[in-house]
Formats: sequence, structure tokens, C-alpha cells
Amino acid sequence: MSFFPKQQDLKHGNGARGVGQTPAALICLGMICAGAARAQSPTNIFDPAATPARSIFVLSMLVLAVTLGIFLVVGGLLAYALVRFRHRPQDEAREPAQIYGSNQIELSWTVIPILIVVMLFLSTTRVILGTEAIAKPAGALDVIVIGHQFWWEYRYPKYGIVTANELHVPVSDANHATYLTMSSADVAHSFWVPRLAGKMDLIPNRINTMWIDPEQAGLYLGQCAQYCGTQHAKMLLRVYAQSPADFDAWAAQQKLPARNDFFAGSAAAEGEKVFMQNACINCHAIAGTVATGRFGPDLTHLASRDTIAAGAIENTPENLRKWIDDPNSMKPGSLMPSMHLSGKELDNITAYLTQLQ
Amino acid sequence: MSTTQAVKGLDETPVAQRSHRSTGFLREWLTTADHKKIGLMYITYALVFLVIAGFEAILMRIQLWVPNNHFVSPQVFNRLFTMHGTTMVFFVGMPILFGWGNYLVPLMIGARDMAFPRLNAFSFWISAFAGVLLYFSYIGGSGLYAAGSAPDVGWFAYAPLTARVFSPGHSTDYWTLALLLSGVGSIGTALNIVTTILCMRCPGMKLSRMPLLAWLYLVMNGLVFVTVSPLTAAQIMLTLDRYLGSHFFDTQAGGSAVLWMHFFWIFGHPEVYVLVLPAFAFVNEIVPVFSRKAIFGYPAMVAASVGIGFISLSVWAHHMFTVGLGPAGNTFFVFATMVISVPTGIKIFNWLATIWGGRVIFATPMIFCVGFLFQFLVAGLTGIMLAAAPFDWQLGNSYFVVAHFHYVLVGAILFALFAAFYYWYPKITGRMMSETLGKWHFILFLVGFHLTFDFMHIPGLLGMPRRIYTYEAGRGWEGWNIIVGIGAFFQAAGTLVFVYNMLRSYKTGKAAGPDPWDAWTLEWSTTSPPPEYNFAVTPTVHSRRPLWDLKHPEDLDSDYE
Repeated sequence: MSFFPKQQDLKHGNGARGVGQTPAALICLGMICAGAARAQSPTNIFDPAATPARSIFVLSMLVLAVTLGIFLVVGGLLAYALVRFRHRPQDEAREPAQIYGSNQIELSWTVIPILIVVMLFLSTTRVILGTEAIAKPAGALDVIVIGHQFWWEYRYPKYGIVTANELHVPVSDANHATYLTMSSADVAHSFWVPRLAGKMDLIPNRINTMWIDPEQAGLYLGQCAQYCGTQHAKMLLRVYAQSPADFDAWAAQQKLPARNDFFAGSAAAEGEKVFMQNACINCHAIAGTVATGRFGPDLTHLASRDTIAAGAIENTPENLRKWIDDPNSMKPGSLMPSMHLSGKELDNITAYLTQLQ
Repeated sequence: MSTTQAVKGLDETPVAQRSHRSTGFLREWLTTADHKKIGLMYITYALVFLVIAGFEAILMRIQLWVPNNHFVSPQVFNRLFTMHGTTMVFFVGMPILFGWGNYLVPLMIGARDMAFPRLNAFSFWISAFAGVLLYFSYIGGSGLYAAGSAPDVGWFAYAPLTARVFSPGHSTDYWTLALLLSGVGSIGTALNIVTTILCMRCPGMKLSRMPLLAWLYLVMNGLVFVTVSPLTAAQIMLTLDRYLGSHFFDTQAGGSAVLWMHFFWIFGHPEVYVLVLPAFAFVNEIVPVFSRKAIFGYPAMVAASVGIGFISLSVWAHHMFTVGLGPAGNTFFVFATMVISVPTGIKIFNWLATIWGGRVIFATPMIFCVGFLFQFLVAGLTGIMLAAAPFDWQLGNSYFVVAHFHYVLVGAILFALFAAFYYWYPKITGRMMSETLGKWHFILFLVGFHLTFDFMHIPGLLGMPRRIYTYEAGRGWEGWNIIVGIGAFFQAAGTLVFVYNMLRSYKTGKAAGPDPWDAWTLEWSTTSPPPEYNFAVTPTVHSRRPLWDLKHPEDLDSDYE
């Protein structure tokens, strides 16, 4: 059997090299946890500010602890075995003892993982039931959320408000939480504001629900989390949590129809005409006017919003003018067309829209 | 002893193998039905697509280097991630693993060829055509490249984005047809491999004596049968929707977007196991040889593999935890998904026990397996995090998920594949690959892998969703994306070293001989490269490690089974 080489021919290789990975992997894992925990991010999932996000956070800490433990034990044993049983030059030429298996050992490393799985499963189920399977309290605020390519529509049935892209909700406890009833006008989207709750998809022909109860006033950010086409990246979410008094004031103001008390001949009055005489009204609604389109965002109180283009652009007169002139230059793939307005018309229409407080 | 005689008989085959053939090089490869040649064509074809799809990944990483970057347009970026994902799964992962299966399975079970050699050639060529068709969309879909035509619906192409109203033009059709054809090829090869394993084993090779690689390919291809069929059916339904006015997924006419998700993920999740089972297969062969010990717990390994195969069919909706399945659906799929970690754990423990008490030789195939073991462990643990549905409500569709499945696909599967290349290259070419270059490849790729995919978890935890062509400043994602991008270049450099090593070793590598690793399975009993007929005399085996028996007549494996 001369064609079988002697075993010594195989011993190129150096014991320490493959093993250097373990500390590397450990350091990396440690850095991931530390990095995530300390990061200053308005969308950090480990910085919850509402009950649904907090119960996920608590569960995630349990899961992280269990998995880290498993990693340390199994990874440690693996590293130990690789170092301890590496080939050494002084080893005798004979093969090591051949061991084919052991039913007792197999049984033990089957049963122990099953117990861990059952424990994790029960903890997980508790959070699922606590988030998804509780009845809507009587004091809840209803908001209908409709996803569009590439913006968000919000409706408050109780207040008769329709608005877009900037969701206002009151600070509340779980008994007065905001209930979001969600669907889509076109393709699938997903509503994800990490500090408030996990994500929930908005799917056409389907109604989903979720709830949020922000603990503190403030602005919570997020964005669409289901690929929905060209501008999926710029379909941003802004949730303004306000004290109940501030929220009521906001709602009272949003209920009003749009301003139409402009002086005849003023830029705003001219702009209103431009708006009403162009195709703008086919897609946009402005309460109290002939504009009743529903394909694009409701503009009744556009000037009360901080941003335009689904949170992508700050709402300033300059930006607004540029946006109306050619939306695709600011947000390529936006479904709003350029209406090829003249410079004067742009000035006027901008003057009109910036008056819609 | 009949084994000894049989294997000795093979000694005299190399001369016959060199008998000159009259057909030209091109004709020989185009018309071949030899499982080894088809296997090599599968592998080469997949490597070409690996480089293409890897290049697409690098373009994406450059675009994501800084917030609000303008390196590529949103349209181009969306095509890049669609093509990267589709290519890597259907035109790299599947063919490269089918290629290795084609090459190795008949050799390891002592067969002359696959059960259906011509079906084998057909399957390869139709899959190859599918890949070309997909990429033809870049130039042919609706005009020139600048006109924009490659598919941009994402690799899981959720309805109704694929409807004609949202995806006009023909790019989505190229995607649909390419997957349909590649599905036909996959089902053909799966049929072939299953039949080969069940019917073509050499005398004495009971199912319980098959190399674990053959077991895993049996399970893998059984899964391909069950899972590629729904995908293929869904592609037909989608085409009917797009052109003949049916409404399966057309939500505007009452169709169901969720139906597509079910179809896709009943394929898509078992697909992960279709890809990872062969990686287990390579590790099952390589770890024992370089630990110089028999695999620990062979029956448990077989049971775990078959168990994974079955359980993997009942976990698909864990991709749909955010669809609103309701608490009952969610808890069921949480349980099914978590349970799969038990057989997977059994595998890791058995590899650990195989190494335990062995004499580990850190040659290049083994160090890639060591990388596999640690990285697969981490990938499994992040998988448990994602299996906890509420945690997934946060992590799903974020960069955490992207990092998790690349840990599986690159950290586990690609590392195992690299190990397989270094391990079986001598068998295929008769020459060893350079150990020095192999270690450079390992170090570069390992550093790149960890830079990219360890740090990719973090933006996900900080709320960064996947599939966005750019992102806002001030969300805490900036620096991480640069580290991730740097890692991509290390991986590219490692891959170049690997390709160079393969090309160079083909000419200058040390002669390997039939059995350079002192291994134990049948493929090492024939010459390197094996003759067209594989074995001059059909081998007869009496144990799981026929060459061990041959080398250690005083300590036969068959005594312990």
C-alpha cells in the first residue's frame, strides 16, 4: 500500500492559529453588546419609551443572557478542545483512540437544550400574549394608519382629522394607549418606531393593529421597515408624543378647515388659485376647498408640520418651493410629478401653502 | 478480505484514464454526462456568479459608507440588492452545492456515475441558462442599462410590489422566469441525487454505513423536492397574474399579499437548510480526518440531520412574525423554530466530541472548519434571538437580520465550502493547493468577515432597516457602516488570494497522490483525478470507514458498529 503517505507528511499546520479565533469572537461579541448599549441613537431598541418596547426589552435581556451563557460554555469547550488536543510534534505516530459515541452523552445534550428551549418558549409566549392578546381598553385613542408609496396617512375618526407623515399622540398609560389600525393603499409597508414598539406590517386587503403608550413627551423616530419600492429609504416616521393638554390643542387646531381669508391679489390668494386650477387637486385634499384628492398627503394644515416628503426634508419655504418645482430632484422615485409651473406660480403656491397653519 | 482486494485493484487504473480521446476540449465539456465534469461546471459557474454578486455587495457598501451618499441612485441600489440576493441564493449557493454533490456523492458511495447522467447534464444547462437569463435583464429587459431593467423587487419579491401596476416593464418577468428555470434544474438534480444515493451504493454500503456527507445530501435533496416546488408554482401564479389577469396576489382585485409570503417562505426557510446541510456534510467529513478520530455519535448525527429536515418544513412563518398572524400563529412558529436548535445543537456537540481526545492537525481545510464551528455557533444563537417573536418585532427586517443570515451563509456555509475546496482540490486536480496562500486566504477572509458581519449587528439594534439605499445622519449608524464596508474589501482580497491559489496550484501545486490527507472514505481509494469510470473494480465495504479498515487491519471499524 505504498500510495498511502505516511502520517507525518500531513503535519504542516501550527496548532495555535485556528484557536486564535475564540478570544477574537468573544471580544467582538462583547463590543457589539457594549457598543449597542452605549450608542446615542434616537432609534435604539434598547432604550424603550413605551410598554410594548419595554416588554420586548426585558425579554431581549433574558434571551441575550441565555445565549451569551451558551456561547461561553460551548465556545469555551470548543476552544479548550482545540488547544488541548492539538497535534504536537512529539506525539507518537499511532492514531488516537477511536471513540464512536455514547448514548448517555447524546441524551444529556439533547435533554438540556430542550429544557432551555421550553424556558425560552414560555417567556416568549408571555410577552406575545401581553402585547397582542389583550383587549382594547375603553379609554384608548383610535388612529387609522394607511401606508402609501412613499408616505404615511393618519386619520383620527373621533376627531375627524386627516393628516400625513407626522403622527401626534398623547402621553398615556396602557389604559389610554393609542391604538393603530393599519392597512395599505398599495404595497406592503411596515410601521417601526423602535423606542415605542416592535414593527407591524401594513398590508393591502388586511387590517393589522398595534398599540403604543409613550411614557414621555418627545419626538420618536422610525421608518418604513418593509421594502416598498424606489423610495423605501425615505419613508420616514415621526411620532410626536404630547401631554394630553398639548395634544388636545393640536387636535382642536387640526379640526379646523384650511385658511381662506387671504387678501385678494396677495401672493397667497394667487397661489390658492394656481393650486385649485392645476392637477394638484386630483391628488391632494385641502379641507374647505374643492381639493379633495386622496392619492397624496392631505395639505389642510401643511404649514403646521416640521417636515415634508415623509420626513425627508425640512419644511421651509425654500425647500417647499424646490419640492413643488421638481419633487424627483429631491426624492427620486417620488410619485408626485413636476407640474412645470412658472417661477411666479411657484412663488405664489409656496406663499399659499406656507399659510396653511 | 474483499475490500482490500477491491481497492488494490484500483492501483492499476491511472494508465487507462489517460487514454486519448478524439473529441475536442469544448465538445467534450459541452456534451459530457460525466458527474465529475458536470460537478466541476456547476462549481465554476457558481464561482463566476460569486464574484459578480460579491462585486454588487461592494457597490452597496460604498453607497452606504456615509449617510445621504449619492454613489448610486435609489433605482440602481434596489437592483443591486435584488440581484445580489437572488444570485447568491439561486446561482451561487444552490449550484455550488449541487456541484459538490455531483462530484462527491457517486465517488463516496462507490458508484460509477449518477443514476441519470443525461438528466444531470440537462439540469446543469437549464440552471446555467437561468442565470444568464437573469443577467440578460441588465441589457435586454427594456433597452440599454441606463434605461434600467434589472429586477428591483427584492429577492423575496413581496406581492403586490411585483404586480404590473407597481413593476411595469419586464424586469420582474426576467426574475420570475429565471427562478422558474433554475427551479426545474434544481428539482432535476435533486431527483438525481436522491435516486443515486438510494439505488447506486456499492455492495456492503448499507444506509447505516453511508458517509455522513451522503446522508446530508439525501436530506438536502429531499428538501429541495418539497420546497422548490411551491416556489415554482408561485412563479407560475405570479406570471398568470401579470399577463393573464388572474388575481392570486393582486390585492387590488381581492388577491392576497400574505399568500405570496406563505408560498415564498415555505420555500425560503427550508432553503436555508438546503444550503447549510451540505456545509454540515463537508464539516462531517473534514473534522474527523483532521482530528484523526471517527465521527462521534454517527447515528445521532443522522437522526439530527433527518430531524432538521422535517422540522425545517414547519418554521417558515417565523419570517412573518410582523405580518399580524395573531398570538396563536406566532406562538406555534416560535416553538417550532426554537425546537430546531435542539438537533442543531446535537451536531455542534458531536463535532466537539469528535475533536475531544483527537490529535487536531491545523491544515487549511481544518482551520476553515474551526471558523465554521465558532461562526455557526454564533449564527445559531442570534437565530434564537430572532425566534423569540417579540424580539423579532424589533429585529426583523433590520440590519441585525442581515448580519444574522450572513453569519449563516458566509460564516458557516462559505467557510465550510472553502474547507471543501482545500480538502478535495487534490482529488479533483491531483495537486495540492498552497498551504501558505491558504492561510493568507483564511486570515484575510476571517478579518473581513468579522469586521463586516459582527459590526453589522449594531446598526440593526439601533433601528436601521435593511434595503434602504441611504440613511439619515444622526441616528448613530454612521461609523458602523464604515467598518462594515472596510470588511467587505478584506473579504474581496481573501477571495482573490483563493482564486489565485486555485489557478496557480493547478500548474505548480505539489503532486497529491490518491490519498494526501490519510483519509477514510472511498473517494480517496481511487486516483487523483479519478478516471471517468471512478473505480476499476466496484468496491465492497464492511464499515463506515473502508479505508480505515484497510490501513488498520488490526483494529477494524466494522467491529464497533
